[in-house]
Amino acid sequence: MTDTKPKVVRRLGDVVFANLAFFAGVSILATLATVAAFLFAQSVPAFTGPPIDAASEGFFSYVLPFVFGTVYASVIGLAIATPLAVGIALYISHFANRRFAQILGYAVDLLAAIPSVVYGLWGILVLAPFLSPTFNWLNENLGWIPIFAGQVSATGRTMLTVGIVLAIMVLPIMAALIREIFLQTPRLHEEAALALGATRWEMIKMAVLPFGRPGIISAAMLGLGRALGETMAVAMVLSPAAVVSFAVLTSTNSNTIAANIALQFPEAGGNYTNLLIATGLVLFAITMVVNMIARWVISRRAEFSGAN
Amino acid sequence: MNNILKLGALAAASTLVLAGCAANEAVVETATGAADGSTVELTGTLNGSGASSMAAGQEAWIAAFQIANPGVTVNYDPTGSGTGRAQFMEGATSFTGSDSYWKDEELLKTFPSCEAGTMPWEFPIWISPIAVIFNLDGISSLNMEGTTVAGIFAGEITMWNDSSIAAANPGVALPELQITAVHRSDESGTSKNFTDYLAKVAENVWTVGAIEAWPVEYGGEGAQGTSGVVSAVTGGNGTIGYADASRAGDLGTVAVKVGTDFVAYSAEAAAAVVDASPLVEGRESHDLAYKIDRNTTASGAYPIVLVSYLMGCNDYVDDEQAELVRAWASFLVSEEGQNAAAASAGNAPISAGLRAKAQAIIDEIK
Repeated sequence: MTDTKPKVVRRLGDVVFANLAFFAGVSILATLATVAAFLFAQSVPAFTGPPIDAASEGFFSYVLPFVFGTVYASVIGLAIATPLAVGIALYISHFANRRFAQILGYAVDLLAAIPSVVYGLWGILVLAPFLSPTFNWLNENLGWIPIFAGQVSATGRTMLTVGIVLAIMVLPIMAALIREIFLQTPRLHEEAALALGATRWEMIKMAVLPFGRPGIISAAMLGLGRALGETMAVAMVLSPAAVVSFAVLTSTNSNTIAANIALQFPEAGGNYTNLLIATGLVLFAITMVVNMIARWVISRRAEFSGAN
Repeated sequence: MNNILKLGALAAASTLVLAGCAANEAVVETATGAADGSTVELTGTLNGSGASSMAAGQEAWIAAFQIANPGVTVNYDPTGSGTGRAQFMEGATSFTGSDSYWKDEELLKTFPSCEAGTMPWEFPIWISPIAVIFNLDGISSLNMEGTTVAGIFAGEITMWNDSSIAAANPGVALPELQITAVHRSDESGTSKNFTDYLAKVAENVWTVGAIEAWPVEYGGEGAQGTSGVVSAVTGGNGTIGYADASRAGDLGTVAVKVGTDFVAYSAEAAAAVVDASPLVEGRESHDLAYKIDRNTTASGAYPIVLVSYLMGCNDYVDDEQAELVRAWASFLVSEEGQNAAAASAGNAPISAGLRAKAQAIIDEIK
């Protein structure tokens, strides 16, 4: 490459395309700004208007259980989904034969195409009753652990069920992303490890996982972003209450922000609507922070991108 | 000129309606009873929104009404009662369905669809018994005092073999099983009416009054919507919940104590409690807002009902809308209309007495 720039010939097609691309880029920013402005503007009456019955003790004590529930459900979902996603990605990228890996890849992607309302139905009608006996067992035998304590739900519509549903919902995006990262492991590293006498597992431990770690983290962050905003499945499956509760097997669970909005909005009137929008703003903020962390992790990846 | 013709037809139609005692023929007469014998078809679009509880009924009404009046398009958007009333107050709709009657403060505001200075009307159009449903192996019905129901949903009675349940059900083998009380996790008129009943019959047990959002301290399990409650009750063992009676299906239901008897839900029993209830005081004559008497001792009345209202203007700014609303509302309160809704949605038709009162209000819509 030389430093002198060649004279740019501006063709009509180039100009049109450049402008189209520019507007596409700007429209993202504009949309984001509009949404943020809407949330801010609509949130104000919740604080300035007459007091709201639902939030008689102030906005922050109203939103706190939902913030907790949102984060808690997502973290449970992520704790289940991350090891699974890494396992799936490793199997597809390094163990399965090519043909089967392809089929498996499609199957995982297919999970992403299932609408969340279907996950909700499946969660209520199939998963919850299926898990119920397991929950009883957990409570009887591991009830001394605080999260498994309490009166077990008779229907299985608990925080843990929601966590599992969320895990399945974020699995495709995480598995796909991690798979791509693993496939980018420098061939030289892998071959070097194998040449030194490493087994396949040792090779993965020494070459693939260290290389892919930032990718796993950013995939987890993207999964978290999706889990935080998941509405329909949570609204349908969870038996909610406005409490902060760590117990995952009871009927009294902290609701998530998104599900709470979905449940309360249809019959909300006056500045209760604004209150719900204000909780939406909080969710917006949480999601932004998660995405910023993900960006930061991805950008860090450039520092040690393998052998390049 | 067109307007004059219409007015003539309208006057003729109204006279016929007023003269005839059978109010349910109003639609047909408005559509065909023009003074000169030629057919004057109703045309136009009628927009309404409001309670989702009567959405199934509205679908049935719209289908039947549009067959009788091919020139009319009726839209009903089940946005929820609060939103529905708000849209009417913004002038976006010509009629509203609502699970609660006009609030006093709402009536102080202006209604852009109505002529300045005139008030809206309302009357019950939809009565829906709320069944207390439960899932216990081998038991299809139980008797309960109001205080027992309140105790269960307030989390005070926790076992099915509790003495207060056993006392009302001699001879029934009640299992030693934990009770899981399922409530609505979304805000709903069903919850509001159910808890209003609990608050009225057992004010010492149910101390938080009529509410839409469930109090945390009462615990229990939340489920989304009527279907959510029904599926949670069906899916669990020892579960109890409350839902629109038309959705009770094969689940066991509770007969509640009214006076000295235990009354199970039925369409007649639900309509009976409305007739036995007093009107809200201080409302004008076109405002048939009922204060449901949950403590009624009227024999055969079932006090856990949700009453939904139809609302519109006494005097519309747009006279064509007035004409459409009159025909539409007349059809809804007619025996034919009420039965059509009941057949498709399983609610309780309003009584003949109430139909006559409602028709009198409709006839005065300008």
